[in-house]
Amino acid sequence: MSLKPHLLAFARTLRDSLRDLAPIFIVIGFFQLVVLRQPIPELEQILFGSLLVVLGLTLFIQGLELGLFPIGESMAHAFARKGSATWLLLFAFALGFGTTIAEPALIAVAKEAAEVAAGGGAIGADAEARAAYALGLRIAVALSVGFAIVLGVLRIIKGWPVHYLIISGYAGVVIMTAFAPKEIVGIAYDSGGVTTSTITVPLVTALGVGLAMSIKGRNPMIDGFGLIAFASLTPMIFVMGYGMLLNA
Amino acid sequence: MLDVLMQTVRDVLPIAAVLFGFQVLVLRRRIPNLRRVLLGFVYVLVGLSLFLQGLEQALFPLGRLMAEQLTRPEFLYDGAAVHAITTVWTDYVWVYVFAACVGFATAIAEPALIAVAIKANQVSAGAIGVWGLRVAVALGVATGITLGAFRIVTGLPLHYFIIAGYVVVIVQTAMAPRLIVPLAYDSGGVSTSTVTVPLVAALGLGLASNVPGRSPLLDGFGMIAFACLFPIITVMGYAQISHWRARRRRDEGVDNE
Repeated sequence: MSLKPHLLAFARTLRDSLRDLAPIFIVIGFFQLVVLRQPIPELEQILFGSLLVVLGLTLFIQGLELGLFPIGESMAHAFARKGSATWLLLFAFALGFGTTIAEPALIAVAKEAAEVAAGGGAIGADAEARAAYALGLRIAVALSVGFAIVLGVLRIIKGWPVHYLIISGYAGVVIMTAFAPKEIVGIAYDSGGVTTSTITVPLVTALGVGLAMSIKGRNPMIDGFGLIAFASLTPMIFVMGYGMLLNA
Repeated sequence: MLDVLMQTVRDVLPIAAVLFGFQVLVLRRRIPNLRRVLLGFVYVLVGLSLFLQGLEQALFPLGRLMAEQLTRPEFLYDGAAVHAITTVWTDYVWVYVFAACVGFATAIAEPALIAVAIKANQVSAGAIGVWGLRVAVALGVATGITLGAFRIVTGLPLHYFIIAGYVVVIVQTAMAPRLIVPLAYDSGGVSTSTVTVPLVAALGLGLASNVPGRSPLLDGFGMIAFACLFPIITVMGYAQISHWRARRRRDEGVDNE
């Protein structure tokens, strides 16, 4: 591997990163200076932070192509060659559960949810009850994501159309909304969006596309995508279920 | 700085354990280009740490402060004595503008979305543009966050919006080109991640604690759910529009001959 194409790719990604990040800097700058009419505090720190953001995004995108995409795809091919659906589904579950249980955004949401529940009188107000509630919620969400990836992989193997499953999921969400305790509905809806982290998404996408490419008769565009959609739908149902379980 | 790196390593550890565990114990084969893959992992780790550290230093404090200031009554009524007992939803115009801009800008900067767009571009052999998909998603996030702000201000029930959104998605699914549907569903989940969630959560919290009659605990949620739902609609819409335009061009081409 010679260095020159590597550096060229890096420079190109750096330029893209600058373009990708420009809108957010413009928005924050505009609102601070024009709408709120305030100076930008600690300019040096902000400039240094911005440099880190641009560099970080560039490195991440480079690493994506070098590491995350290839490993997701090569594992998908290897599982398809091995031909054992059991191991593949087990892997799918481990990947979904393992990447979600430690997700920082989920930990934050679970803590907030525990406060809501304590405020609403659903659980005791002491710290112990809240911690137990938050942990239970995290496990519920992690289980739901594990289940989602398993279901998604099974769909790719069987070639089921994605929209039937998604629409059934929507029906599930609507029905659960009618029965779930009112205070958990907002948290449940939001929990779907926070479960899929920046590292999980490329891995799971590469896994789906890789599987769809190695199984005969599957189209990577139609069958390869859709795993993330399941992973952001099932948590809503599981979290509302968790709320109902505790209230019962 | 080191803290953020350690935090990222801790977040990645379970993922790495699952990947390498299955690779070594179940698949029992060498990873092709192992050194390159490991280098890629190091890039991802260091890159994500720098990215988060930089956001925490440069953008998040300012963005959070901004969300708080824009929702304050002192700003809304321009320093005049706050005598308005009934607030109308139009008082919050700047909040909606801010919500739309922040939604769009953070979605464009979202690394997970960039990843999915790159993959979709590769798989579709260039038919789906990286930039086109991301702009479609970002417009969806902008719509979602703005509607989410409107909902908190007016206090309308969250599930009405969500159910209405579902109905639109189902109708579009029946009409959109078949190839785009799974990707559109995916784009909902990827649009809310590292960059979007902290800023949007701050906006929701600021609104719910400042709008009279709202409680931050009960009404602060729902923005993320909206930001997840609307990209599905805009991505399918984008595909439908480009499909129609391509067909019209083709039909016109036939007429001209």
